[in-house]
Amino acid sequence: MSVKQAMLALLEQEPMYGYQLRTEFESRTGATWPLNVGQVYTTLTRLERDGLIEPAGEDDEGHERWQLTAAGSDEVATWFTTPVARTQPPRDELAIKLALAVTVPGVDVGTVIQQQRGASMTALQDYTRLKRQAGRGTDRREELAWGLVLDSLVFAAEAEIRWLDHCEARLRRAVVERPAAAPSDARNADASNEQAAR
Amino acid sequence: MSAVLRLVDVHRTHGEGEAAVHALRGVSFAVHSGELVAVMGPSGSGKSTLLTIAGGLDQPTSGRVEVEGSDLVTLSQAQRARMRRTSIGYVFQGFNLIPALTAVENVALPRELDGVRSRTARAEARAALEEVGIVDLADRFPDDMSGGQQQRVAIARAVVGERRLILADEPTGALDSETGEEILRLIRARCDAGAAGVLVTHEARHAAWADRVVFLRDGVVIDESGSAPVDRLLDEPAASR
Repeated sequence: MSVKQAMLALLEQEPMYGYQLRTEFESRTGATWPLNVGQVYTTLTRLERDGLIEPAGEDDEGHERWQLTAAGSDEVATWFTTPVARTQPPRDELAIKLALAVTVPGVDVGTVIQQQRGASMTALQDYTRLKRQAGRGTDRREELAWGLVLDSLVFAAEAEIRWLDHCEARLRRAVVERPAAAPSDARNADASNEQAAR
Repeated sequence: MSAVLRLVDVHRTHGEGEAAVHALRGVSFAVHSGELVAVMGPSGSGKSTLLTIAGGLDQPTSGRVEVEGSDLVTLSQAQRARMRRTSIGYVFQGFNLIPALTAVENVALPRELDGVRSRTARAEARAALEEVGIVDLADRFPDDMSGGQQQRVAIARAVVGERRLILADEPTGALDSETGEEILRLIRARCDAGAAGVLVTHEARHAAWADRVVFLRDGVVIDESGSAPVDRLLDEPAASR
């Protein structure tokens, strides 16, 4: 997540001071990606160094505010009109774990899948509960923004569960199509002994 | 607190001998007032069978199915039909509204069949339509309504007459994601107001509206909300079928 781009985009609205930027960011994204205030100030220093923002004087309470330079405005416009790059897929621990679970002897893949599905389902229930609390969220722009971020988490968790269902179905089919796999059977027998021992 | 719906060791077998299909194999669970339970599972896992049995539309081969304390299995056919009209509300994927009746007539129908006077039934139906937010469409025919509106009528029909058990079979299946969410909000609200709900779905996003999620595989509950132990997957090919 680019803190730099988010700060610039917020300053496009109006000049703001550091703590205010953090508050505004979190009102749109909930506590999903918490920002510490130190991170905000470091980013502001860098943005000033790069000529994207400049001091805009103090507000009535003496907070030092920042505003975009022309170059900063250009940067915001470019960010919004450029798709987010999908270079290399980010390393996905779950995909890696399953890929290893089906090949490493003695691992009960079914349990790995079901435990993950249960955990992902619980997360999905939590997001949905947040959505219910957030209500319809169309009266304020910030609430709508937060609702959309929640939906993004919901859809990502759903995709993970669908993928787990798919893995389970494929594994079952693989077992049915290869019934005479003796070594694998022995392996499974070991695994179930291990499980029984636990 | 007593359960509105309780299934005890329910088995359902179609056919006999070699050709027997075991749709449900010893399913037990309970749904209490104020609770929404989602049942998830792939096609053929038995989830729709479970719902038709819970609703008294089908009979288990063995086991008990209690709705508000009475066992549907031991009731006579007439008593069971009465339970379906007075205690159980069904919401289907395909809405199943009667095209020749207006929205309010569709909703009033189960009450009229139950012997409630027509004017009273209409008044109750209008109240139910009010609750799902479409009382202004009361005199429209189903064909003149959107899918989301038709499903709202179906929900009103499922809850009219203060029925306390709502059974929903893929109620959002034919709707786009935002309209589907509206429908789930309604079912959720009804449960928060004291009904007991069972939601059958294969979509995790919809199941997430429930308090508990029951995972069904090959007619067996393999997990409830991610806590119970699991049947071993690679160990157990088609042997059980």
